[in-house]
Amino acid sequence: MKKMFNITAPEGLHARPAALLVTAVTPFECDVQLTYKEKSVNLKSIMGVMALGIAPGSIVEISAEGPDAEKLFQTITEVIVSKGIGEEC
Amino acid sequence: MLEIQGIAVSQGIAFANAYCLKEPDLSYEEIKVADVDAELERFKVAVMKTKAELQEIYEIAQKKFGAEKAAIFAAHLLVLEDPEMLAAIEAKIQTGMNAEFALDEASNMFIAMFEGLDNVYMQERVSDIRDVSKRVLANLLGVEMVDMNRLASDVIIVSKDLTPSMTAMLDTKYVKGFITDIGGKTSHSAILARTLEIPAVVGTKNATQDIQHGTPIILDGTNGKIIVNATLEVSGFYRRQQRIHNEENEELLQYRSLPSISADGFSVEIAGNIGNPEDAEMVINAGGDGIGLFRTEFLYMERRELPTEEEQFQAYKSVLEKMQGKPTIVRTLDIGGDKNLPYLKLADEMNPFLGYRAIRISLTQQEMFRVQLRALLRASAYGNLKIMFPMIATLGEFKMAKAILLEEKQNLEIGGCPVSETLEVGMMIEIPSAAIIADLFAKEVDFFSIGTNDLIQYTLAADRMNENVSYLYQPYHPAVLRLIKNVIDAAHHQGKWVGMCGEMAADEIALPILLGFGLNEFSMSASSILKTRAHIAKLSKQQLMTHNERILLLSTSAEVEEYVKKNLLSQP
Repeated sequence: MKKMFNITAPEGLHARPAALLVTAVTPFECDVQLTYKEKSVNLKSIMGVMALGIAPGSIVEISAEGPDAEKLFQTITEVIVSKGIGEEC
Repeated sequence: MLEIQGIAVSQGIAFANAYCLKEPDLSYEEIKVADVDAELERFKVAVMKTKAELQEIYEIAQKKFGAEKAAIFAAHLLVLEDPEMLAAIEAKIQTGMNAEFALDEASNMFIAMFEGLDNVYMQERVSDIRDVSKRVLANLLGVEMVDMNRLASDVIIVSKDLTPSMTAMLDTKYVKGFITDIGGKTSHSAILARTLEIPAVVGTKNATQDIQHGTPIILDGTNGKIIVNATLEVSGFYRRQQRIHNEENEELLQYRSLPSISADGFSVEIAGNIGNPEDAEMVINAGGDGIGLFRTEFLYMERRELPTEEEQFQAYKSVLEKMQGKPTIVRTLDIGGDKNLPYLKLADEMNPFLGYRAIRISLTQQEMFRVQLRALLRASAYGNLKIMFPMIATLGEFKMAKAILLEEKQNLEIGGCPVSETLEVGMMIEIPSAAIIADLFAKEVDFFSIGTNDLIQYTLAADRMNENVSYLYQPYHPAVLRLIKNVIDAAHHQGKWVGMCGEMAADEIALPILLGFGLNEFSMSASSILKTRAHIAKLSKQQLMTHNERILLLSTSAEVEEYVKKNLLSQP
């Protein structure tokens, strides 16, 4: 499963928004990757996510494989939209 | 006696002995381990211990600073348990590296990656990684980290840097202030100092080398000065300053929730000037009536490309939401002059202050201007936004800028994007030509904001940065006062209001003159707001007005100053 998001948080995907996302996906069983400018990182890794230096206005792709992927996307979308991190593309 | 200069980040004066935070000795040896499993176990235990420590700090920080500021420690916990980081360390241990070396190597790798990012915010996150890995390292080595909970007398902390976890442990009962070698106005430590309301000076470069543990020091957080081993005379001077500061603060605090109104009931607005969204909180804390000048240059500086519309929209929106309906005046980009943006590739000029800057750039590089206007218009739905254009010299410039704004507004509305119905559009008065024909501008604008710093330097033709002509920087010069009076009268004649966002708005001598002239809004740095409100509360506008004519006939700056001191400051 894949989904694209436009990051709108004013400082990009920095500590706080990144932490929210990582915390939200960590309990899930499936592997989840975030891809930005052709680089992919484990979305359960705050360092991986922050090291991408994702600026506001960037489009990122999130992909997940596993039994609970569908549920995971529900959660991710909800967190991204409700916490003002970004919007669905 | 030794004087050290740094960056003033949190106001106030403190006297206490220096408490030098020595970095704990975290040196270790690189050894080849034979029992890899035991080493992995040792590492795991250190991580667990660190986790418990961080959770404790997180709880303390939540109580002391609130959930928002404590969130940084939640992020620390995530760094600690990061699967990529842990995997990298464990992989290194598997090859026979000892845990200390493996940890250091892995965290340095991540730090190098972060430092390479083209973003100041990200680079500052490096200190978070350092903070976390130091903690783990200390636990591996069995070294105790600095524990400031055991302080028993007043101290001023002197340290290379204050990591967020160190600041969380600061016991304000004993910590009277702090000094660091590195850091700037927006570093964690600076923001926390302002929240705690203790003086702080950062960016001193060498304070940890120049100050011995236990020496008496004076910390002047207002001017960014540190005095070591002060003479009796100097110490007496600062005692008096401290007393004045404390007394004034006490007296001023009562004005925080009072309206800005003169003794005879004339209402004005006392607002704050800000340079980035974070400063808005300082204006709110000081009880400001709004924001009179939001400089937008910060969005464009320290980067390699123009900020996107979305990025700007979020920044403007965050300020408007913080201000909760209070008026917020945003000035469109004022670049050029002494502020350059390397990526715009502007040519060097002989006279940059008379050259290609501010609205002159916006009107010729329209796409950049339109991006900013769209971001502002979209944000306008979230608060009480007013937009003003800098450096307007001719009617044509204002009309053109406003036409572009209205065009963008219409496009957004057609696209279904909500835009404020009550958006006011005004201009800065900084150029004498605009001040002189203010009557013509007054028909076109919703308001004026007088930028005195530039207006004075252009009126007297004197570069305010040039020491040889600094005597010509005269706010009370009769020409400047007449221009200001002309602008205020012209605006009022058309039923428009006038503000001022230069340093003059908070000047004690200028204040009674400006109030008498009928200025409606005074915008200044947050730290001057309460003082100005208290001063205005003691002045009678009606009485001041009777002096207008005589003031305008005075012939020199010195005469004006003398007149004000004699007649306007000693009102009952």
